[in-house]
Amino acid sequence: MPTLWKITLEILRQRQNQPPHVELFELEVDPDENVLDCIERVWAFHDRSLTFRHACHHSTCGACGMRVNGVEKLTCITPVREVTHPNGVLRVEPLRNFPVLSDLVVDVSGFFQRMEQTQLSSIAPLSQAKLPFEPNPPTIWQGQRLIDCIECGLCVSACPAANTSTSYFGPAVLAAAQHVYRQTNNPTVMQLVNCADGLWRCHSAYECSAVCPSNVDPAWRIMDMRRATVAHSLRNIFKRPNQKVAP
Amino acid sequence: MNSRPSILIIGAGFTGCALAHDLSLRGVNVTVLERGEIASGTSGRTHGLLHSGARYCVTDPEAAIECITESRILSQIAAQCIEYNGGLFVALNDQDLAYSAAFEQGAQATGIPIERLSPQQALQREPNLNPNLLAAYTVPDGTFDPLRLALAFAATARQNGAVFLTHHEVQALHADGQGRITKLTAWNRHTGQQQTFTADLIISATGAWAGQIAAMVGASTVVKPTPGIMVAYNQRLVHHAINRLCPPDDGDILIPQRRMVVIGTTSFEVENPDYIPITAEQTEQMQRAAEALVPAIANTQRRGVYMSARPLIVSGSSGRSLSRTFKCYDHEALDGLPGLITITGGKATTCRIMAEKTADLACQKLGLSAPCRTKDVPLRSYRLYYS
Ligand SMILES: Cc1cc2nc3c(=O)[nH]c(=O)nc-3n(C[C@H](O)[C@H](O)[C@H](O)COP(=O)(O)OP(=O)(O)OC[C@H]3O[C@@H](n4cnc5c(N)ncnc54)[C@H](O)[C@@H]3O)c2cc1C
Ligand code: SF4
Ligand code: FES
Repeated sequence: MPTLWKITLEILRQRQNQPPHVELFELEVDPDENVLDCIERVWAFHDRSLTFRHACHHSTCGACGMRVNGVEKLTCITPVREVTHPNGVLRVEPLRNFPVLSDLVVDVSGFFQRMEQTQLSSIAPLSQAKLPFEPNPPTIWQGQRLIDCIECGLCVSACPAANTSTSYFGPAVLAAAQHVYRQTNNPTVMQLVNCADGLWRCHSAYECSAVCPSNVDPAWRIMDMRRATVAHSLRNIFKRPNQKVAP
Repeated sequence: MNSRPSILIIGAGFTGCALAHDLSLRGVNVTVLERGEIASGTSGRTHGLLHSGARYCVTDPEAAIECITESRILSQIAAQCIEYNGGLFVALNDQDLAYSAAFEQGAQATGIPIERLSPQQALQREPNLNPNLLAAYTVPDGTFDPLRLALAFAATARQNGAVFLTHHEVQALHADGQGRITKLTAWNRHTGQQQTFTADLIISATGAWAGQIAAMVGASTVVKPTPGIMVAYNQRLVHHAINRLCPPDDGDILIPQRRMVVIGTTSFEVENPDYIPITAEQTEQMQRAAEALVPAIANTQRRGVYMSARPLIVSGSSGRSLSRTFKCYDHEALDGLPGLITITGGKATTCRIMAEKTADLACQKLGLSAPCRTKDVPLRSYRLYYS
């Protein structure tokens, strides 16, 4: 048997349209257990009214993002020992910069609608699923895989720019646009994010890449998309005289 | 459009979502009640193997045929969330090798295309396989993203008018004056309020929890929750689904998914599937079985460990077998409780056919003659669930 830790789970709770309050649950946990397991245990044995989002329990679905002691975490792969100590406190709050539906459940519909506008495919050939600066898979490994972004929204919650503007697209959507643009060269997706609420609202805080649990590196992708957009505009400036002559 | 028949579905796992999609296409007014998030029961926590059926071609040909047919359909209609890279069956010792004759025969009899590879050919495709392997076969397996597969069915159902109420827990079923189960009470966990819903039919698609719903009206208990464990590692060591060439056993499958591999699984029984603790012994046992196939697992960091419960059909239970692998309980015929149907058992891979057979029965009860169309309708983008 592992040595159990006594911990206090502090959950920020709220019923729909009511003010939030903090509720404490004293638990004995295996420190190798993940934070999501503790939360599910509270629901199963202590309080059936607790609401939270989860599905895969192994970092592929993106549903279980929360703030744990003030930092965005994918709770299904965050062991208790990484975020507290024996007799310690675990404070769990819903993600920021999303409307809260209740307790730890945030409304991701606006976020998914914007992701959909980029037309990012969730499947890609192996060579296009990774970051461009990572080594290519050996040629024997052909095939396809699910891309890295699991649409967990951690980056949106951590982003200081998203915190000051609700109309800002946020890191994941901009990273998705970059991914699509580098795959397709399609200018439509560039137009989509080449605006004040898009690429140019980001002020390079890099918090998104710091919290991303899935190797997307949204900060790098946003910078890359800015480079591509600037290069595209420059090309257009130099093209313009020719275009006038053309007809 | 008051004349459209209405159906309440309890549970939004693969079965409930696929059923909502099927019934919406047939013109039924569908409302789905799910106590958690979409796929927060067994479906989200599934291993993620799109079964070609090869796993069952010797022991259960009927299940194998169902899997090869359905995996092909899903790879067409749900390509958006499937890594369709094929699988390998790997022989590590003479006992495994002795299974190859039965395996070849079984695959041929069930129509599953396989190809035998020499150890060199297998290692060329998958350099991380155990270098001492004796033979391998290719099979048309795949890997899926569980939440996105369920969402894709739900998104398409929503586009066709179905309503999904998540965080709504069904607490009671009620009979009308004639003894028909047409009403239920659900607890909206966002607001804390209770609400009643009525419909022409109620279908429980609650998987391992089907017994709990049936018990609300004294209907027959039908399933035994049978959990299994899975372990995810943070390197994509293989690109095919790797199976051990042997009769189905614990811990004999390793699948790639995103940047991970996920190994699974075991099988044991529990009474209540709400929370299933993970034991270190099972995790270790799982890892040893996987190391035999892909030794590099030993030096790869674990990323997640999870558990979920199969809705195993209690053998000899008196439901109507729509297939050997899943069952539909018509509680009118079984318990004299018209209005209530339970669909349970099955696999993720076969959720579409489960939905088709259940919708056929429901439509027959409602006097609807609309045919099933789900084979040919590509699913809409999973993100539209949130539109
Ligand atoms: C360990 C394991 C590994 C597996 N691996 C694979 C695989 O690799 N490939 C494959 O094809 N299949 C696999 N399966 C099988 C597959 O996962 C299941 O058959 C499938 O997920 C069952 O789906 P379901 O919708 O019937 O049940 P569930 O997904 O469990 O859905 C039932 C839903 O009902 C809800 N519910 C329960 N009670 C209530 C209530 N009172 N009110 C409202 N809602 C309620 C639950 O919250 C749940 O979401 C695996 C199963 C297990 C256990
Ligand atoms: S970019 Fe990373 S943090 Fe942001 S949604 Fe995608 S996976 Fe999550
Ligand atoms: S539950 Fe799916 S990512 Fe955590």
